[in-house]
Amino acid sequence: MIKRILTFALFCFAVTQVFAQGYRVSLQGNQALGMGHTGVAVVNNAETAFFNPAGLVYLEDRLNVSAGGYGIFSSTKWQNTETGQFSEVEDNVSTPFYLYATYRINDWLTAGIATYTPFGSTVEWERDWAGSHLVNDIELAAIFVQPTISVKLSKHFSIGGGPIFATGNVSFNRNINRTLADENGVRSNVSIEDSGVTNWGWTAGFMFTPTEKLRIGFNYRSLIDLNAEGGEAVFANIPDSQLVPVSNGITTFDATLPLPAEYTIGLSYQFNDKLLFAFDFNRAMWEEYDALVIEFGNPEIPDSVNPRNYENSSNYRFGVEYKAMEKLTLRGGYYYSETPVQSGLFAPETPRNDAQGYTAGLTFNVNSKLSIDASFLYLRFKEIDESYDFYVEDGTQVPFSGTYKTTTFIPGIGISYKL
Amino acid sequence: MKTQNIFFLFATILALFACESEFESSIEDNEVYRTGDTDFSNYVSLGNSLTAGFADNALYVEAQNNSYPNILAQQFSLVGGGEFTQPLMNDNVGGLLVNGNPLPNFGPRLVLSTQSGSPFPAPFNETPTTDISNTVQGPINNLGVPGAKSFHLGLNGYGNISNVGISANPYYVRFASSPDASVIEDAVAQQPSFFSLWIGNNDVLGFATSGGTGQDQSGNPDPTTYGPNDITDPTLFAGVMSNYVGALTTSATGGVLYNIPDVTNIPFFTTVPFNPLNPADPTFAAQIPTLNNLFGALNQVFVAVGQPNRVIQFSDMEANPVVIFDESLDDLSATIAGALAPDPQFIALVQSFGLPPEAAPTVAGLLGVTYGQARQATSDDLIPLTSSSAIGQLDTNRVGFLISQGLSEAVAAQFSVRGITLPMEDTFVLTTNEQMLINNARLSYNSTIEGLAASNGLAFVDVDSLLAEAQNGIPFDAGVLTSDFITGGAFSLDAIHLTPRGYALVANETIKSINETYGSNLPMVNLGDYRTIATSDNSL
Repeated sequence: MIKRILTFALFCFAVTQVFAQGYRVSLQGNQALGMGHTGVAVVNNAETAFFNPAGLVYLEDRLNVSAGGYGIFSSTKWQNTETGQFSEVEDNVSTPFYLYATYRINDWLTAGIATYTPFGSTVEWERDWAGSHLVNDIELAAIFVQPTISVKLSKHFSIGGGPIFATGNVSFNRNINRTLADENGVRSNVSIEDSGVTNWGWTAGFMFTPTEKLRIGFNYRSLIDLNAEGGEAVFANIPDSQLVPVSNGITTFDATLPLPAEYTIGLSYQFNDKLLFAFDFNRAMWEEYDALVIEFGNPEIPDSVNPRNYENSSNYRFGVEYKAMEKLTLRGGYYYSETPVQSGLFAPETPRNDAQGYTAGLTFNVNSKLSIDASFLYLRFKEIDESYDFYVEDGTQVPFSGTYKTTTFIPGIGISYKL
Repeated sequence: MKTQNIFFLFATILALFACESEFESSIEDNEVYRTGDTDFSNYVSLGNSLTAGFADNALYVEAQNNSYPNILAQQFSLVGGGEFTQPLMNDNVGGLLVNGNPLPNFGPRLVLSTQSGSPFPAPFNETPTTDISNTVQGPINNLGVPGAKSFHLGLNGYGNISNVGISANPYYVRFASSPDASVIEDAVAQQPSFFSLWIGNNDVLGFATSGGTGQDQSGNPDPTTYGPNDITDPTLFAGVMSNYVGALTTSATGGVLYNIPDVTNIPFFTTVPFNPLNPADPTFAAQIPTLNNLFGALNQVFVAVGQPNRVIQFSDMEANPVVIFDESLDDLSATIAGALAPDPQFIALVQSFGLPPEAAPTVAGLLGVTYGQARQATSDDLIPLTSSSAIGQLDTNRVGFLISQGLSEAVAAQFSVRGITLPMEDTFVLTTNEQMLINNARLSYNSTIEGLAASNGLAFVDVDSLLAEAQNGIPFDAGVLTSDFITGGAFSLDAIHLTPRGYALVANETIKSINETYGSNLPMVNLGDYRTIATSDNSL
């Protein structure tokens, strides 16, 4: 049975695009995801190292470890009823993961380390599809490593934070324009690739616990610009012609991709021993991403300037946790996620509109130290008619429009260990 | 592990729902478009080079993929259209071989090359690999045969390799179902549910591109007596067309017919102006006084015999028309020779060439033969693109001939400049009279085609009007598509056949007509997704 499911799963394993907004992937803990990815005011296990470092100092055990990952099942389709064209994102696999560990040094100080993948995107359209002049495929992955400390200032108030070391990879391919092809009729295209791009950022937060039942939390994570410098750009299948401004070969490129700042403010309320409610409001400062500008090392190749004009966007997250049995905790949640993408700037590299996330999860306590966390996210995007209006051909803006529909389902599994 | 079982059950259920996104109305699942009152399941296309996807003076894979029937078939597939098989060439080069040897006049496609210093069409520098002795297995849906005239579609043996160079067509040899088959038989045998038929262009085009050197066969219904550049008898055309439509409609529930465009809408005839001789060109400007002096004597004769429209004069202010040979003019060679020979002014002119006065009658005779049916072109004449490499060039054969008549090399050369002192031959000009012959036949074909469409309830595409519109420009999402040679986007580098974008335009017009006729709502394609001309410096 399990084998069959896995076989089936591989069949329709699709994409890691972007779950929620832009290329932010909100999958940073199976316990939190079960509760609608809330957590800024929840003190449960080591996942708190991500959601709000200030809360770590309230963890009951000396050592807490949480690790887990997700499999992403997603399908995005595009069609244009004006022309009868249709396409879909082809199968792809990527696995967001997290690893958190905390250690209580003394009564008022806890240290921790968090490793997680908050940004990423893998979108692979059918090669040479109708929007191939905008993107054939893109892959973006960033890993954050965050040493953390948490300080209890009083019974009611704590602060926490730490530096973030980010490392990222990016690869991207698109066709040169809508029609150019080489002498064999193969479409002319450009690929860019850079890996091991690093930069630093930071996070900080506080937690306020006015009563035993109520917690209020705030966390901020800074902007990190991934500056790809001297990456590799490959022009391929360009016809051998002086009339074409580029030619086959390799050059370098520089580009900056912002991993935007975000803040989260929220509360949790413990109704009784069994029932916990949490709410998070999250805002991501996507305004930073105004354009994707690719500067090529070869001065004869003009810069590629692709307006994005993202907007800051909000997420509203709700979750409940119910300790059903000694060995079993059940969770449920919902979130509403606004897209940072404005109408008319809907680029198929991040085909994202507003989404509603329905989550469920459970923790099974194997023994007093070890538990298994599982979660599910069903993300529902409305069918949407959109366009990207900033592609320019021969001095004319040529919109790329159509109807998009995305459905995403993400199961996750992890373990928590405490000592 | 009961919880694990629950976990996987839950996972399976959600995966089933989530795995595929579904549109409310999905194009892919045939939920968006209506078929209307016809059946696109088995579409067969018949025609000539335009139907085959011929472009840039060759047939090659990329162009075939963008043939209008292939574009139509792709849209038909949204309402139940089946596989559409084309007799794809072996390469993206074009050109044909027979038993491993190049077939003369079937070379590689043209590309826009900068090898000559400025962008100009030149043959792609690769070797053709498509051998007509390797036949393509049918059934073939796209039965477009480059070069076919109307009556060829019904000709048995038109695909017989042993008749190549005589009565067979090497393109049809590749995919004829048998050596004795005819195109129409191969079409009918597939019992098409829908067909398209666009034939008749070559019935006038050979005459037109040859500058009207063929015969107008109107009134002669026997095609076995026709030369390749002849105009097909309209009665013959009407007969064969009616037979084809009758044969195809026995199985088909629908079809589409196309008419024949006017040659004046094809850049092959509109790119070279009638007055290409520019006085701003210093070499030419320097000759103008001499030329006017030379033609002055001749012009007196034209005026004297009451044919002032034959006066040849060059302006140093305005663009000058080329001098052409027009077979429809009265032959004045004897009159010219007779009038000039005794004229003292002319004798003086002859002497100025370094010849004795006794040579005057010989020179007068030469001028008579040369200009007896000559005139300057008018804006009504069409100068084929082939003349662009000839105008203003020295005709070396002519130089040799004049030297043999006793003229010095310099004078011989002066009288041998094509289009200036040597009238352009018949092949380099389509005169108004020749255009009239073409149009008489063409308009008759077109009324046959439109009549057959109406009487059989078929869709009809007025390509004639469409290309007339393209002269002015047809807007699309990234600009305007026009018929201008090289830059306009609609016509390929041979100036007769279309680019993929041009074929997409024809496909869209077809879809419009099909939708009107059959009540379907097929979508049109986006012209901007189709390329115009191809560039490469890998050229000869």
